[in-house]
This record gives sequence, C-alpha cells and structure tokens, in this order.
Amino acid sequence: MVIAEELAKKQKAISIAEFFEKNRQILGFDSGTRSLLTSVKEAVDNALDACEESGILPDIFIKLENTSRTNLTLIVEDNGPGIVKEQIPRVFAKLLYGSRFHAVKQSRGQQGIGISATVLYSQLTSGRPVKIISKIDRDAPAHYFELLINTQTNEPEILVDKIVDWDRMRGTRLELEMEASYIKGRRQSVYEYLKDTAIVNPHARITIIEPDNNRIIFERVTDKQPVQAVEILPHPHGIELGTLMKMLRYCETPRLDSFLRSSFSRIGAKTSDEICMKASISPETDPRAIALDEAKRLHEAFKKVKILAPSTDCLSPITEELIRKGMGKEHTVDFIETTTRPASVHNGHPFQVEAGIAYGGNLPREEKVEILRFANRVPLLYQQGACAITHAIENLNWRTYSLNQPGGSIPIGPAIILVHVASTHIPFTSESKEAIADVPEIISEVELALKDVARRLKNYLSRQDNLEKRREKEEIIYSILPRIAKKVGEILELPTPDITPIVAKIMRNVFCQRVVRKNAKGCEVEIHFKNHGDSVHHFTFHETIPYPIESPSPEPKKIPVGAQTDYVWKVSLKPGEQKAIIYRLDIALEEAAKLPQLVVEGIANELVTGAKAVNV
Amino acid sequence: MNETEKSNKQIRDSISKTTLKKLIQDFYEQFESETIPHIMLPSRTKKNIELNVDSDVWVYGDSESMRSAKTVKGATQLLKTSHVVELLMKGHLDQNKSSTLRELYYISENWDIAKFNEQSESDRLIEDLEIITGLQREDFHVRPEENGATLYGPITIKELTKRGDRTMHCQDEVGEAGYQIPYNVETIKFVEHDAKFIIAIETGGMQDRLIENGFDEKFNAILVHLKGQPARSTRRILKRMNEELKLPVVVFTDGDPWSFRIYASVAYGAIKSAHLSEFMATPAAKFIGVQASDIVEYELSTDKLNDQDIKALESELTDPRFDTPYWKEQINLMLKIGKKAEQQAFAGKGLDYVTDKYLPERLTEMGVI
Repeated sequence: MVIAEELAKKQKAISIAEFFEKNRQILGFDSGTRSLLTSVKEAVDNALDACEESGILPDIFIKLENTSRTNLTLIVEDNGPGIVKEQIPRVFAKLLYGSRFHAVKQSRGQQGIGISATVLYSQLTSGRPVKIISKIDRDAPAHYFELLINTQTNEPEILVDKIVDWDRMRGTRLELEMEASYIKGRRQSVYEYLKDTAIVNPHARITIIEPDNNRIIFERVTDKQPVQAVEILPHPHGIELGTLMKMLRYCETPRLDSFLRSSFSRIGAKTSDEICMKASISPETDPRAIALDEAKRLHEAFKKVKILAPSTDCLSPITEELIRKGMGKEHTVDFIETTTRPASVHNGHPFQVEAGIAYGGNLPREEKVEILRFANRVPLLYQQGACAITHAIENLNWRTYSLNQPGGSIPIGPAIILVHVASTHIPFTSESKEAIADVPEIISEVELALKDVARRLKNYLSRQDNLEKRREKEEIIYSILPRIAKKVGEILELPTPDITPIVAKIMRNVFCQRVVRKNAKGCEVEIHFKNHGDSVHHFTFHETIPYPIESPSPEPKKIPVGAQTDYVWKVSLKPGEQKAIIYRLDIALEEAAKLPQLVVEGIANELVTGAKAVNV
Repeated sequence: MNETEKSNKQIRDSISKTTLKKLIQDFYEQFESETIPHIMLPSRTKKNIELNVDSDVWVYGDSESMRSAKTVKGATQLLKTSHVVELLMKGHLDQNKSSTLRELYYISENWDIAKFNEQSESDRLIEDLEIITGLQREDFHVRPEENGATLYGPITIKELTKRGDRTMHCQDEVGEAGYQIPYNVETIKFVEHDAKFIIAIETGGMQDRLIENGFDEKFNAILVHLKGQPARSTRRILKRMNEELKLPVVVFTDGDPWSFRIYASVAYGAIKSAHLSEFMATPAAKFIGVQASDIVEYELSTDKLNDQDIKALESELTDPRFDTPYWKEQINLMLKIGKKAEQQAFAGKGLDYVTDKYLPERLTEMGVI
C-alpha cells in the first residue's frame, strides 16, 4: 500500500501538449512536408465528409502562403453546412471531440483527433491561434473565432468571438500558421494528395493556390453525389470485449435479450435467445449486472451462433462509373476498366473493394505501375510497401495479364492501378492511417477485384495486339512486298514476280490460283487451293463461264445461268492442305486468258487470296 | 595502271557483281517457289564471337538469325537491301564509280520507304552485305568518309592511284605529316624497306614527338598513327606489313581502359566487324604501354579514373579478348590505383625521355630490339 501511494504521488495528468510531442510521428506530424500534408488532409477530409452528409456538392478552396522562412499559412474554405456557434471551439480546440467516434458508418475521419491535432501543431510551432469563420445558412451570421487549446486541460481557450461579414452562402473557413514546407514533384505531396482525392471524389471541385500564387483547379466531372452511407448498429462479430462491457454497463434496457436486439444489428428474438442459451445466461438478466466472466461467455457465444452478415448499405462505394470518370480526368490514357465488388465482411465489419486500371496514353512505359490506394475515399500516400493493397497487387501474377513483373513484385508498364477499400472500420496498421493491415478477407477481395479488371485489360491488349499484327501484315503485303518484287525484277531484268502466293502465306489465308496450259485440243485448266491458315475451311468454288468443260475432276454441279453455266465444286481444306480441280476447255489459250476472276462462296473475303469471296 | 592490273580490277569487279546478283536471284527464286523472301545472317552479338584457333583472332560463331519479310522490320530491311544492291551493281560496279558511306546514306533519300533513317543503319547494311557475300566494302566501291591515318618510316611503297602508279619512300619522299594511308590498301605494294619493327601510336602528338626526336631513324621503326580507334585501312596495312614483311608490331597508346580496347581491336578484332577479323586483326601485335604498371614504375602524372572508366575496366574483365593473366593483372592494377595516364605524360620527365628511355627499355624488355 505504501508503495502504491508513493507511485500515485508521482502520477500526474500528462498534459495534452506532452502527449502530442510524444506521439507526433504517429499522428503524422514528423516533418515539415508531412505536417502540411496531414493538416491539408484533415481539413479536406472534414470538408468532404460534412458536404456529403448534407448533400452538398463540395467546393473546396485551399491557399498556402509563405509567412516566414520556416512557416506557412494554410487556409481551407469549404461550402459545407457550417458548424453551429456553440460547437466551434470544441470541434477545433479540444482533442478527441468528434461526432463520428461512436458511429458505425463509413466516413473519412474516424477518431476526431485530426483537425484539433492540426490546430495543436500550429499553435505549438507558430504560437498563433487558429482563426475560424463559419456560417450555417445564407441568413445566419458568420461567426469568427480565434482559438487556442489549453494544453493543461484539453479545453478550448477563446481569444476572439465575434460576428463578421463573410460573402459566402455558408461554409467553414480556417486559417492556421505552422512550421511546414510545401514541396512538389514527389508522391507524398499536397499536390498528389489533392489530385488523388479529386480522382475518387469526382463530384468535388478542389482549388489550390500554391505559395508562388500558382492556381490549380481539379474540376468536378459529375453532379452525381455519392450514395449516402447509412449509420448502422454494430455487428456482434465486430465488437470487442471491452466495448461490449461498456455497452452493457451504460445500457438502458432492463433485460439482456432486449439489449441484444436493440444494440446490435442482425439479432432478432430467435438469435438473442440462442446467444443467451449458448452463454448460459438468462435472457432476463439485467445487462448492467453482468460480470466480466459472463460478458466473456456472451462474447464467445456471438461466435458460436449463426448470425447474418452485417448489412452493407452502410457503405458508400465510389461506383464503377465515377472511378472511370475520376481516373480519366487526371490522366490521358487509352483504356480504363473499373469494378465494384459486392460487399463482404471482415471481423464483423462490412467492407467493399473497388478497383480500376488505366492503361496506355502518355503513362511511362518502362516504370513500375503507379498504385493509387484509397481507404474510405482518402488517398494513402505513405507506407505503400506495408499495405494490404500493395501485397494483393504483388500476389497476382501480372504476366498472365500481359504486364511485366520482374521479381514477382509490382508490375511494370504504362498503367495505373487504383484500389479503394470502403468499410465501417478500416484496419490500419497504425494510428497515422497510411497502410491497411493484412486482413485475409480484404486481401482476397482486392485480388478478386484486380483479377477482374486485369482480365479485361488483357483482352483489350490482345485485341490491340491482333489489330497491330493485322496492320503490320497489311503494310507488308500492300506496300513493302510489291516493292521488293518490283525492284528484284528490275535488277535482274526479269518480269516482276507474282507475290500473291506469298501474300496468302503471310496472311495465313486460303490461296486460290488458276493455271492454264495449252494442250493438243485446247487448254488444260488447273485450279489450285492451299490453306495457309490454322483452321479448316469449307467453301464452294464457282466457275461461271460460257464454255462447256470437259473431263472435270472432281465432277461439278452444273447450274445454267442464261447463256453461261455455273460449275460448282464443294471444297474443304484442313490447315496446310492443298487441293486441285482440273478440267479441259476446247478454246484457244488467248481466250482462256480472259476467263473471269475466281469466285468462292461461304468463306470471308479477308481469308482468301487470289479469289473473290461472295456471300449469298 | 598497266593492263594486267586493269584486268585484275575488272575481274574483281565482275566477281563482286556476280556475288551481289546471286543475292537478288535468291530473292527472285524465293518469290517463284512461293517462299517468303528471307536471308540468313550470323548473329552479331558478343555471345556469338569465338576465338578461331588457327588464325588466333575473334570471329563470328555458328549462331544465325533469319531476316524475313514476315515482319515489317524484316521486309523493310530486304527492300533496303535490294535498293543498295542495285546501287552497288548498277551505280558503282557497272560505271566504275564509288560512294562514301555518308554519300550512300544521302543517296537513299530518293528511295521512299526504303530510305535510311540514319547513317549507322546504312553502314550496318553494308557490313551485312560484306558478311553475306564474303566480300569487303571496297569490292562494292564503298569507302569510308575519312582516309586512313599516316605512316612514317624507312619503307618504299608503290600505290596504284586512279591517276597512275606512285612510288615513294615514306621518310625521304614525304612531308613531315607522313604518308597518307588510302582507304583501300590492297592497291599498295611494298617495294623495299629496312625497318626492324612497326610502332602503332594512338595520338598524332606522340607520332610527331617520335619523328622530331628521330626515333624512326635511330631504331629503324615504321611509325603508324592509329588516330584513336583505328580505321579498317590502318588495321589492314598493319596486318599486311606484319605478315608480308614479317615485321613485329607494337602498340603504344594512352594508359586507360579505352586505349586497351584500341589495342584489342588491332590485335584481336572488333565485335562489330568480326567477319573481317581474319583480314584485319594482327594477333602478333604486342602492347607496349602505357601499362598500368608503367604508371607506378615511371611515376607518371595521372588523372583519377571516372565512373565510366571504372565501368569500362570492369566490363573488360569479362571480355573474352582480355581473358589472359597479363591483362587481368594490368586491369586489376589500374582499378586498384584508380589512376590513368596519357602517352604525353612522359613529357613531364623531359621531351626526350620517351624516345631515349621509356621506349628503348620497353622494347628491350619485349625482345623487339
């Protein structure tokens, strides 16, 4: 006891400032660049979430100004619903104050630590208060606050509280000065973050004015709002023992069974009875009286009883169409395919995976593909190597989908791979929320989504490849080969050689040729057929001529056509096979030279060389 | 030009023409026999280079590649080949004219889709034709842009020029710049000489130094300027003098990885023109220096090896042509000291040092004098 008392004396409340100092890297404030990025991110995430909840098309304005050699001023303005006057101080100047902490719903922010941590960082590095303007309606006044966080008590300190003129309909504006640096041209930068944010939020317009006064606008490409995420009750499979005990202690229903039904999703009368039975606790027990032992049994029982998977309408996927629009607007590419997987569940939390792949255009051909990772519509810029999305990409054999993959890692090629994981609970590897943990269900869903888009990419590429091959062949047969033949003939002073048999070979076509020789009585005619392709061809061959033919082999069918006769043979040729038809004509060789072009029927024209294909 | 020489030339030209025509006839027959036109060529890669035990030079191996009209690239090459052959047969051999490699590239301007995109492409096609026909570009009346380098020393040569024979002694009857080696050294006859050996020198400055110091007279040496990577004619005349006059050849270059390669192309042949190695390489040629060990021994002023130098040395360690204990030692030593030196570095010891001390010492060591 004495020792305990001694220890108790030493324990004092750790100030919030101290807490921040010790944890700044896990909160995302370790370097000047990163701190700025984290700050922009927190402000933009809040603005997007607020607009989404109120059904407003977001219009977000960001301005950065150099205040001193080391410090920047960050201004973020949105057209969101605004914040009621009473809440403003706590939203911005009290850590862990937020509306979403207890909600089971997909949203960008989760802990409510973000924006106030940014305010604290600003205050610690610049010594200046945060300046807020917020207006909730066209006719409502615009409230102006200057706030500091009391680092001893974690309570807001209000320096200025007044009403100002603000020429906006509604929205929130915050202005912070902080030690930070604005860097462009690398993956982890404000610019890249906003670009990626614009891709997955195609309904938002985002404007940034860089410190050198350069203005960049990421324009909105759709007026379609994302589907509103619905708030749901927690699912029994996703609840932790501690949370369950907290819920039991503060519950307001007198019976365990009704507590279960009213506090969790997917629990009806039957299931609640079953759970109580498995846990060997009476359904009539007062939840507040349940001890640790019983709570443990209850928690165990959740797993033993069959419970429907959580409903997934609490998720708000971006949708295939909007991902396509988003990817298309920031890059010039030849091909985009996207997919939204059906919702699934990990550890009792619903989640849904979406993927997109963009290919070609002016993307670099010899570099690793660019990976765009998103969790609940927030771009993940750091710790790519530690993320489940990256691992799923590496697990896939991209060679089967026509992309290079040296060493079985990230594929190489002119492509961008986008993966979005939406969930009521994203399992991040750390508090700074930069990488998704390797949850098998998530990895497997990401893989399925990637396979889907990759398969479509492969089909596209093989179509392109075939077209390319066809174009190449046409160039050879129409342009180059005739010139070689002509030149070779010229050099040797011989007639230009006939290139049609070679054309048939190159095109892998059926080659047809009529050879006429003089004999004692008239002419000997031979029709040669050779199949250079890899499939069997059946067709009919027509000689429509005004002469009777003699001793034909094989025998044709004869159809009179006016003064002429159509002699018809059926021909079938296996790959590589050649056949000949022979007959005699009682005419002079000069006349035979005027015989009509060979005609075949029942085979596509582009598969034949040396004859005209007709199709009736 | 006397009558026999004239008719010799006519016979050579006629052989060239027949050989080239044969190539076109092959194409024609391929068309006639319904075969997609193609030619076979040895693969011109490092992998397909092997040491010919008899001649001791590096030549192409057995691996062949096919150039066929099945692909646009192959078909275009065959079309270009036909155009070039026509020019060589009808424009050169029939009319007794010649073009330089550069002119050939410009002539192709009028060939529409058979036009060359850059000179390296037409140069390469001429090399291909040499390989296919077993002839040399001189047989096609194609010459390089620049003439060979210069030669200076106690030898009398007779050159068959387009304007008649010229006979001259390469010390007494030439200016200070020496005798200019023509692009086709087959037109040269060695009349007489009293040389003991040939020294092939990388830089003009060093050749001038040796002439000024009377090195050629004192040691009865023929000085041949290599002018960096030596032209074919320079390599060929070295080989001819070595074989026909039985004169030993020594190579004197800067002491850096690039100069080692100059020596290798004189002695063993170049990868790019391995089909001519037996014609142009002088396997008996010895390396005088500057050796890596000379840098240490003679305390020469040096430059530091840069990154490219180091890479070049490392690549030479895996080059089969340098796979001898001597070269391994020299290359590794250079890597170890991290220094390179120019030929001219000897000037730091006095202008006569290289001719009075270094070269005599090295030549004695090598048993040349």
